[in-house]
Amino acid sequence: MKPQHDEQALLEGLAASDRKAVETLYRDNFNMVQTLIINNNGSSDDAKDIFQEAMIVLYEKVRSGTFELNCQVKTFVYSVSRRLWLKRLQQQNRYSSPGDSMENVVAVEEDLEQHEQRNAEFDMMENAINHLGEPCKSLLEAYYLQKQNMQVIAANFGYTNADNAKNQKYKCLMRLKKIFFAQYKNGNGDG
Amino acid sequence: MDDIKILDAVESYIRGEMKPDERLQFENLRKTNSELDQLVVEHTLFLQQLNHFGDRKVFKASLNTIHIDLTEQGKIDSMRLKGKAKVVYLWKRYKRVAAIAASIAGITTLVISAIIGVLTSKPDDNVQQMSRELQVIKKEQKDQKADVNNLKDQINTDKKEAKKTIQFKSGGTGFLIDGKGYLVTNAHIIRNSKNIAVFNNKGEEFNAVLIQTDIARDIAILKIIDKSYKPMLSLPYGISKTASDVAEPIYTLGYPRNDIVYSEGYLSARTGFNGDTLSCQLGIAANRGNSGGPVFNHNGEVIGIISTKETESEGVAFAIQSKFIFDAIDQLKKGDTAYQSLKLTSKSSVRGMNKQQQVQKIQDYVFMVKGD
Repeated sequence: MKPQHDEQALLEGLAASDRKAVETLYRDNFNMVQTLIINNNGSSDDAKDIFQEAMIVLYEKVRSGTFELNCQVKTFVYSVSRRLWLKRLQQQNRYSSPGDSMENVVAVEEDLEQHEQRNAEFDMMENAINHLGEPCKSLLEAYYLQKQNMQVIAANFGYTNADNAKNQKYKCLMRLKKIFFAQYKNGNGDG
Repeated sequence: MDDIKILDAVESYIRGEMKPDERLQFENLRKTNSELDQLVVEHTLFLQQLNHFGDRKVFKASLNTIHIDLTEQGKIDSMRLKGKAKVVYLWKRYKRVAAIAASIAGITTLVISAIIGVLTSKPDDNVQQMSRELQVIKKEQKDQKADVNNLKDQINTDKKEAKKTIQFKSGGTGFLIDGKGYLVTNAHIIRNSKNIAVFNNKGEEFNAVLIQTDIARDIAILKIIDKSYKPMLSLPYGISKTASDVAEPIYTLGYPRNDIVYSEGYLSARTGFNGDTLSCQLGIAANRGNSGGPVFNHNGEVIGIISTKETESEGVAFAIQSKFIFDAIDQLKKGDTAYQSLKLTSKSSVRGMNKQQQVQKIQDYVFMVKGD
């Protein structure tokens, strides 16, 4: 068992996407989740999927800044993984209840609800970006995701100057927003 | 162009890149211009979504590389499960399936035994059946003995026939080579016979005449002349022109007794008794009466005619190679133009069927041959 402040440091590292912190969290928790999945009708590929999804839940939780560590990281990851796996089993109609094990379980329903919402938003954005086609997709990714400078982008994409690139980027952005918000409003209206 | 500038301004405002005085100006503009205000709110939300998207994508990618790295370094035991772990994993994964399969098997067994219990009224029926079967076998043995005696009598009355059996035993089977009623059998069976009768597996009797005989190769061709015989359109088996390979599985149908009998074996040698090149050696349980019977390979092609059996060793028989049937037919055609329509087929229609199906089809074309 590690002292609380060590875990706090790890989570801060996770929030900053510090590779070392992520690696430590991965190493400390993966085998536990894999055992859980394999003991409950899963494969090692399932284990990888479920564990990484749980890591994303944790990551987005710490990044939102509202994370209060009221249990051990291990317990949280285990609880989320268990919940996610249970849900997947139900979707596949493979009835099985991950048996109660020695591990502690905390309530994670709220976190998972938020996670679902984020999943939906992520899918919407991915969908919208994939609908754009090239060069819009790469152009927007370069500017908004990789935060590249307009001059660099213009050079990389072969525009004669940054203004032309900006002009093109503006058109692309308008299209992306249109596609995204069309889905977003629908999705939120339904939900 | 204006729109682009506005958007630029909104983005730098959201990112907090504006200078304080610009910012103040912009905020005043927001208060007066509701359209701009809305654009700011909307764009803030959008950029937030985009950032979430980008963050998660990057994080996902980093998780994957970490997974691969840690696996390679052996710090997490992922990927392939080995040895005991794999067995445990497979057992855990399939134990439910195994349990279901086992219970289905159990239920089926119970149901079947229940059905058998209902259908067989008395418990000692089985024993009775067994004894009845024994009686049937006894009766058959008696019949066979009688048959053998009859044959012995026949042989004794015909001394030349008896000479043949000094070293080799012989019996009487024949098979159709053309649906119009042409049969092949051994010459020694019907040698010197005045009347020849053939019986199919239903016991129907037809009169036949000898139309061609080749003593050297022990082949005789008969024709059914009975009016009650209905010509068959085609034969299920073909006659092979080529010699077969040693060790090829073979089977035969014949009449060692009054019912058609199936036996199987293999081709032991391409030559016959004492290196006889006309015939081939079979490892098969053949009895007197199997003589003249067809030898089939697994494709249901006739590869020979069973002719003789070694008296000194069990399970060894000799067969005339099927290509000599073609020679005999050619001789026949030369001798009499009436037989021009006789045609042998080398294509077997039972090819690819299993043994039971083949025999089912073939047995109607194999006859018992009797001569006086």
